[in-house]
Amino acid sequence: MKRSKPTNFGTNSSPQLPRKINSRAQLRDLQRAMANALFRPLNPQWGMQKRWIDGSSMEAVASEFIKPNDRLSSFERLEIYNRQYWFRTLDCLYDDYPGLRAVVGERRFMKLATAYLSRYPSNSHTLRDLGNRLEQFLTEEPQWSAPREELALDMVRFEWAQVVAFDGPAKAPVTPDDILDTPAAKLRLGLQPYLSLLELNCAVDDFLIAVKKRESDVLRGEASNAMEAAPKAAVRRKRVRLPKREKVYLAVHRHDNMLYYKRLDPEAFAILSSLGRGSTVEDACVEAVTASERTTIDWSAQLKDWFDAWSSLGWFCRRS
Amino acid sequence: MPANAFNGFTEYGVGIGLRVPHYRHILAKKPVVDWFEIISENFMVDGGRPLEVLDSILEQYRVVQHGVAIYFGSADKFNREHLRRLKRLVKYTNTPWLSDHLCWGSVDGRYTHDLLPMPYTFAVARHTAEKIRAARDYLEVPICVENVSSYAEYHASEMTEWEFLSEVVELADCGILLDVNNIYVSSQNHNFDPYDYLNNVPHHRVGQIHIAGHSKFEKYILDTHDHPVLDPVWKMYAHAIKLAGHTATLLEWDDRIPSFDEVHNEALKANKFRDKQLAATTA
Ligand SMILES: [Fe+2]
Repeated sequence: MKRSKPTNFGTNSSPQLPRKINSRAQLRDLQRAMANALFRPLNPQWGMQKRWIDGSSMEAVASEFIKPNDRLSSFERLEIYNRQYWFRTLDCLYDDYPGLRAVVGERRFMKLATAYLSRYPSNSHTLRDLGNRLEQFLTEEPQWSAPREELALDMVRFEWAQVVAFDGPAKAPVTPDDILDTPAAKLRLGLQPYLSLLELNCAVDDFLIAVKKRESDVLRGEASNAMEAAPKAAVRRKRVRLPKREKVYLAVHRHDNMLYYKRLDPEAFAILSSLGRGSTVEDACVEAVTASERTTIDWSAQLKDWFDAWSSLGWFCRRS
Repeated sequence: MPANAFNGFTEYGVGIGLRVPHYRHILAKKPVVDWFEIISENFMVDGGRPLEVLDSILEQYRVVQHGVAIYFGSADKFNREHLRRLKRLVKYTNTPWLSDHLCWGSVDGRYTHDLLPMPYTFAVARHTAEKIRAARDYLEVPICVENVSSYAEYHASEMTEWEFLSEVVELADCGILLDVNNIYVSSQNHNFDPYDYLNNVPHHRVGQIHIAGHSKFEKYILDTHDHPVLDPVWKMYAHAIKLAGHTATLLEWDDRIPSFDEVHNEALKANKFRDKQLAATTA
């Protein structure tokens, strides 16, 4: 196959960089070159790949813009940054997504995370947002979590909801006085931006609690150093049983700046979701109760309990 | 200089970085600390626990903001949302000055989350200085730029790092956060004399100093911030305060963080050098 003539580093071809940098455009070319090199995944030995995307020698590519010194070649100097980039970002995902890691297993998690970052490099100034497109990625490329695609997707939505609940924005909650004079047929309530409502197909909440407990047990074992290596490895080997398929409705939120998740009845979930979409309180309740298959419930008492609980948690705010 | 336009005419002493593993200790024990340096990006959030912690810290302590992601040296224009959040935090903390690095880290809206070295050219210095000026005008707070440690140099560079730093801060008329550990690390990685660096930057612009530990590998030194400060760095620190005066000094310890007291005691060693130097100048 005939290779197209290299143009610049913004493409997959090897770079032709100016030796002088006299303009912002030239600075951008250099920065693109370096960033593209850093964003390339490491080889299985955690080193920089020996070949560039177009098959040319990476040593030659690096020496285009990086000076060697008496101890390190251009390749080796660039490799320090390449490794730092991947160690930093993979570490971050490793720490922030223990649930997804437990679902797919440690080794596959690293492959998944590498593929994810290769497709979606960070688009935010903060590592907090590093996983902000994981759900999208797993939807687009389910092969990375096969055969547990559904569970992985549920888990990633759940773990991202926790990031949002931890430090997402809060609005002033509405008080009973604020809404005293508005009839339910006209009342529309906003939901706190830090609150996520999740309809899940697996009980990932219980599963994640078990995973975190196992991880802290392993850590405690390491810290106390009470046992030799073998038992520690045994603790590691013991996997938490995967959750079975069941419908779970979950609210992920914070209260007094602590993170919580709360299971919801399907009707409660339906009401909150409708409110979130802008329905009036009356419409949301009528719709949910009408659709419900449960017939033995005193709905007016139940609805009052729910609204009291949600108000006291501060979930309602004015609609923006 | 101890108090100057670049650190808001303050006379801060020895501070330490506010880090998560110490939150509980600080909030419960309220230790005496001259000031805390906070990483701006950790608090540029919309709500939740980080801001609650910040509130408690601000009630008790003086706080200075240090950023890691403004990227004055990126060819990209500023991320306006980033600046807007930063300004909101500046107003909130009332930081007397603000620092970030003389580096780049993002291009085309993609972030490396690293502090990458600049090519040292006059055109790049002009571009970087313009961005610093624009940031200062928008944020309405004095800015000090910090020299980073680096592991690579570019063919395109046409001057030394200290010449580039000097050029940028003169053009931007801003301050310097002089990181003596970073100078040491880079001097070892790029074979220059760290005292040439120290001697040849505009000392009157130094608004703050960083000290930190690093890790030695076979062929290079990595700026790991996971050790006590090493002897050659303390020596450089002594020289730096001789040149720049008793400038606000901060110990960075970001990885394998020991107890609060251990970090604080390490930082307070800086006072020893100041006292020694004071004795020498008054003798
Ligand atoms: Fe520093």
